[in-house]
Amino acid sequence: MSTTTLEKTEARATSAPAPGRTRRRGERGPLGAALLHGGLAVASLIALAPVAWLVFLSLGPDKDDYLHPGKILGKLTFSNYSFVLQHTAFFDWFKSTMIVALGTTLIGVFVAATTGYAVSRMRFPGYKSLMWVLLLTQAFPIAILIVPMYEIFSELGLIDTYWALIVINCTTAVPYSAWLLKGYFDTVPFEIDEAGRVDGLTPFGTFFRLILPLARPGLAVAAFYNFITAVGEVAFATTFMLDDSKYTFAVGLQTFVSEHDAQWNYMAATAVLIAIPVSVFFYLVQKNLVTGLTAGGTKG
Amino acid sequence: MTVAIDRATGKRRGDRAPRPGLGQRIKNGYQKHWYAYAMIAPVVVVLGVIVGYPLVRGVYLTLTDANSLNSARTIGVNHIAATYKFIGFDNYKDILFGPLSYDRFWSHFLWTVFWTVACVALHYTFGLGLALMLNQKLRGRTLYRLLLVVPWAVPTFVTVFSWRIMLSDSGVINQVLGALHLPEPQWLEDTFWQRFAAIMVNTWCGVPFMMLSLLGGLQSIDSTLYEAAEMDGASAWQQFRHVTLPGLRSVSSTVVLLGIIWTFNQFAIIFLLFGPTGAPDAQILVTWAYFLGFGQQPRDFAQSAAYGVLLLSILTVFTSFYFRWLKRNDQLAV
Repeated sequence: MSTTTLEKTEARATSAPAPGRTRRRGERGPLGAALLHGGLAVASLIALAPVAWLVFLSLGPDKDDYLHPGKILGKLTFSNYSFVLQHTAFFDWFKSTMIVALGTTLIGVFVAATTGYAVSRMRFPGYKSLMWVLLLTQAFPIAILIVPMYEIFSELGLIDTYWALIVINCTTAVPYSAWLLKGYFDTVPFEIDEAGRVDGLTPFGTFFRLILPLARPGLAVAAFYNFITAVGEVAFATTFMLDDSKYTFAVGLQTFVSEHDAQWNYMAATAVLIAIPVSVFFYLVQKNLVTGLTAGGTKG
Repeated sequence: MTVAIDRATGKRRGDRAPRPGLGQRIKNGYQKHWYAYAMIAPVVVVLGVIVGYPLVRGVYLTLTDANSLNSARTIGVNHIAATYKFIGFDNYKDILFGPLSYDRFWSHFLWTVFWTVACVALHYTFGLGLALMLNQKLRGRTLYRLLLVVPWAVPTFVTVFSWRIMLSDSGVINQVLGALHLPEPQWLEDTFWQRFAAIMVNTWCGVPFMMLSLLGGLQSIDSTLYEAAEMDGASAWQQFRHVTLPGLRSVSSTVVLLGIIWTFNQFAIIFLLFGPTGAPDAQILVTWAYFLGFGQQPRDFAQSAAYGVLLLSILTVFTSFYFRWLKRNDQLAV
């Protein structure tokens, strides 16, 4: 008698945790895990495929190899890379791109940081309209600006110079960077400013000595955004740079594909060479991206 | 009469002193806010000179018949002065109501609106789905995240060229489709497929930004809210509907607005995917305006700038309505 009841309770005790009920939050069954991994794996594959394909094609020596990708496997070679590095203006393009991108990053981040700090900490007359203007400059289509800018820069003798591109890239990158940095500065406690002021720092001193060092992750994101905007800018670089030794990558890459001839193999190799440094830079700052991007959006 | 007392200064705010004169107010404002103005000065100057002046000049150009044949230019050592003249609103009249207005403006306008809506909806759906997946406790989460931001990490002009190779007539996508005995569309020649390809490539490029932004939003949602919801017996769907979505509201409203603005003005993808002269029917207004101003001979500067003004007006009107709508629903993040 007593043994049977004991058995019963034991049996109940072992079978009681019905699957799916007592799992703690954040845990899931094997099916859910498989679905998650499956979904993410497919998405990663789609994200990676075009880039991987480009790398693969860059290893095929002939310009028509993209039509017969199967044949590439038999004749893998780095000859495209050596051709691009030795016989094209690759290093000229690299130099121009770096000058433009780093110039934009330096100037853009500095200007965006001061503005972001001002709108984060100070309420001054004109505050609302400044925020509105910063947002609206995002909406400026190049079509309206490019013609007058071309006229102005040619009058100033700035066509075909790096300065023209740096200044223009700043105007597109700074408003969003300032917006982003405002969000980041908002998360730095206000008490730090007050402590600085009590200790006798001017507003500028507080900004440079206390806030900037604390906002390094936000600055990294802004720097990255400026950099990638400058590297990826197509329309102005195409229109304003005339001398082919001053082309940026975005323009230089187009020269491989003209209406009469398409040297896809060289283009692919160049594209891979461009993508490597940019991606490395990206992965150095990517840890900060999630916090930096949304600090402005999630905090009111 | 209610009299509010300022907590910081102890001053009564209800009965104010008479408003000081304009000069006095400017002086006070200057003393109180000079450092704020000093800090925003670089941006204001740069935007004013590089955006404001060209904007005014661009608006003026739209009221003329400027093109590359009558603008000021220098050929060799000879400088030729501008000879274009003021023609009032004729450009706008021509674009909006002229005999070719449907083919030239309205068809591109409709396509641009469709393009924007479709792209942003796809960005948001895929971005949210992936962000939800990445927000789970999961082995290899960091690796997945690294792989999924590849389309954003590699410059657009590189990846768009890659797509162009893959989508070409006998490129890899058609070879795979052929091997599966599926139809092989002419991605870069047929209008419908051109549009399809443009949306596809732009979706591919734009999802990572949405994904990371929404992931940040998801991580900022207080986990106790989920616990409370679970205690109350909410199902997974109910938790998503009543905890996750409201928690994402402010970040969503910001990224959707940015997404709409950026997609509406997305130049690089269409320009590079079809080349400077290809696919006249798949051009959105921005690339079409660029084509008018720089892609044809003679270059029609005035019409190009007029398109720019129209684009800017559309976006300004849209943004102010969007803000009003957000304010009414109290969802404003910025």
